[in-house]
Amino acid sequence: MTQEPKVRLRGVYKIFGSEPESMMPHVHGGMGKEELLAEHKHVLGLQDINVDMQAGEITVVMGLSGSGKSTLIRHLNRLIEPTAGEILIDGDDVMKQSESGLRALRQERMSMVFQKFALLPHRTVLQNAAMSLNVRGMDVQTQEKEAAKWLDRVGLGGYENRYPSQLSGGMQQRVGIARALTANTDIMLMDEAFSALDPLIRTDMQNLLLELQAELQKTIIFITHDLDEALKLADHLVILKDGAVVQQGEPQGILLNPADPYIEDFVSDINRARVLRVKSVMGALSAKKFSGDVQLTDNLESLIALSEGDTSNIYRVLDGETPVGQLDMRDLVKALVPRISSAA
Amino acid sequence: MAFYDWVFDGLGLREWCDSDTSAAPLSMADLLAQAGNDEGGEGVPFPSLDALNESCGTVSQTRDLTAGIEDAFLAAKSSLKLVLDPITQPLSWALDGALWLFQAVPWFVMIPLLVLLTWYVARSFAVTVFVALSFLFLGFIDHLDVAMQTLAIIFVCTGLSVILGVPIGIAMSKSDTMQRASIPVLDLLQTLPSFVYLIPLIFLFSVTESKLYGIAIILYAIVPIIRLTDLGIRLVDKDVIEAADAFGMTNRQKLIKVQLPLALPNIMAGVNQTIMMSLAMVVIASLVSAPGLGVLVLRGIRNLELGVGIVAGIGIVLLAVILDRTSKAALSRVDMGRNQN
Repeated sequence: MTQEPKVRLRGVYKIFGSEPESMMPHVHGGMGKEELLAEHKHVLGLQDINVDMQAGEITVVMGLSGSGKSTLIRHLNRLIEPTAGEILIDGDDVMKQSESGLRALRQERMSMVFQKFALLPHRTVLQNAAMSLNVRGMDVQTQEKEAAKWLDRVGLGGYENRYPSQLSGGMQQRVGIARALTANTDIMLMDEAFSALDPLIRTDMQNLLLELQAELQKTIIFITHDLDEALKLADHLVILKDGAVVQQGEPQGILLNPADPYIEDFVSDINRARVLRVKSVMGALSAKKFSGDVQLTDNLESLIALSEGDTSNIYRVLDGETPVGQLDMRDLVKALVPRISSAA
Repeated sequence: MAFYDWVFDGLGLREWCDSDTSAAPLSMADLLAQAGNDEGGEGVPFPSLDALNESCGTVSQTRDLTAGIEDAFLAAKSSLKLVLDPITQPLSWALDGALWLFQAVPWFVMIPLLVLLTWYVARSFAVTVFVALSFLFLGFIDHLDVAMQTLAIIFVCTGLSVILGVPIGIAMSKSDTMQRASIPVLDLLQTLPSFVYLIPLIFLFSVTESKLYGIAIILYAIVPIIRLTDLGIRLVDKDVIEAADAFGMTNRQKLIKVQLPLALPNIMAGVNQTIMMSLAMVVIASLVSAPGLGVLVLRGIRNLELGVGIVAGIGIVLLAVILDRTSKAALSRVDMGRNQN
């Protein structure tokens, strides 16, 4: 992928406290989060974040609470000001934007979905979805037409005149997504968008998002603390710990080659069969006889079902119609065992 | 002679003290002392201004302090009046106009109008019927005219309080400095005994002008609307504000489309409080020629006409209940629109 990344973070630092600027030398001097808090009463929110987010991909930023992930996403539209660093969107430095430039950026190039939905309780679902166009001062007919279109697309046709409080959590978040889609921006920021929903509805919403993404190819930055969710959605996965990036890359790669014990612990509880896909485990074509054909993007769970547990099977892997490799069921079973943490 | 002589002698100030002894005129206490009723002050007197004055004539007496405040106020009066008079003149016009209007409209138009207004604001059958019956009762006991005068004053003063108070509340919610500066003033306005408002106002304006009591009522009643507007805006859900920012709203859009609508239940509660406080003050303001039910209460007190006072009092209670129930019904209607669960 040679094209310019849609969003680039370059050496972004965020320090919370009364004099964040003056703390930068300490941080550059290698002072950690705890020392900074103990000695200078400043909280190191983010340190040296360098992330490239490609157009048309879902970049998932994952971390536990307090890891700085929500702080990070708010830097992209400058709801929070970084202490140091560059934030480039299509090559433009967001930090150099004037107030009106920033507002235009928020109105036209980025939209956001919130964990607690953050809908306007006194407006109808339709008016909520139309909010971004309303802010831009478009005429009411266009607003309502666009909003109704996207509400219909997220499965809320017929609810236009209800109020948010009359809807369930999952439906409210659909309104939140419709609101972001109505803004028709290239970039969508999703801050723990599905964390407040119960598991079944969460799965529905994830599927909805993937479906929409296949159709619209937006640049989505998705924040979550749920690794299953992260692995399901991510094209590019960034793992944050204590405000620093511990590992980033393709999610399957992270799962198979965790960079440090922290991530090993993290990934050890995962249902690997569901997350890992054939392409991550397959080998080069060598066998003569195959038990059957599978697709490159099938997950291992479906293979186990297909083989009915017979580990002697070898499957041919197809990308569409062309054979690209083979999958030995023995490799598959090995891949299911997480690499034991080096400490253990 | 006096107890604290030794202090001034010790400090070598005797000369300074004696330089100005005859200045103060005799007070009643001095006269009593001269008449020989002075018991000779046993024990240690508190070193107050008066006690020190006995030892040293140059130290002022306490009554000089009150006289000083009075003089300062009188000195500032003309320039204050020059500024305040034109600014507050519209208030007089509004009050006089409203009083005229409420009395000029005949009862068979006025009562249905007020009942319709109640229905429009409250949308509650029970409240509307209660209001209709109350006005008919007031008319029946010949108190409708005075009640209308009171109501006219309340309408004008509450309206102005809202017009002035909401912007002040908004400013307070926007700036912590403004909030810190305003809260002591609001506390003062709320705790100052209501009669005290009237004293400087009587000096500033003539008692025949309606703005005199108008200002007193507004100063007293504006506090809750300011406080609750500030509170309401500050209590608006942070997440919603963040969403408004994230979609690039300007501050003005945020205020009009998000903060004020979401603060509305609190602002309405403020309006309710403001109405009730104007009613409380309008009775006291009858001391300075505010017309209405308060005048009858005052007559009851002054002439010991028990019945007049009590009937007028009941009329005030009735008005209070009407205004309270109507504004509360309007408030709950706003709340209902929000959470139709």
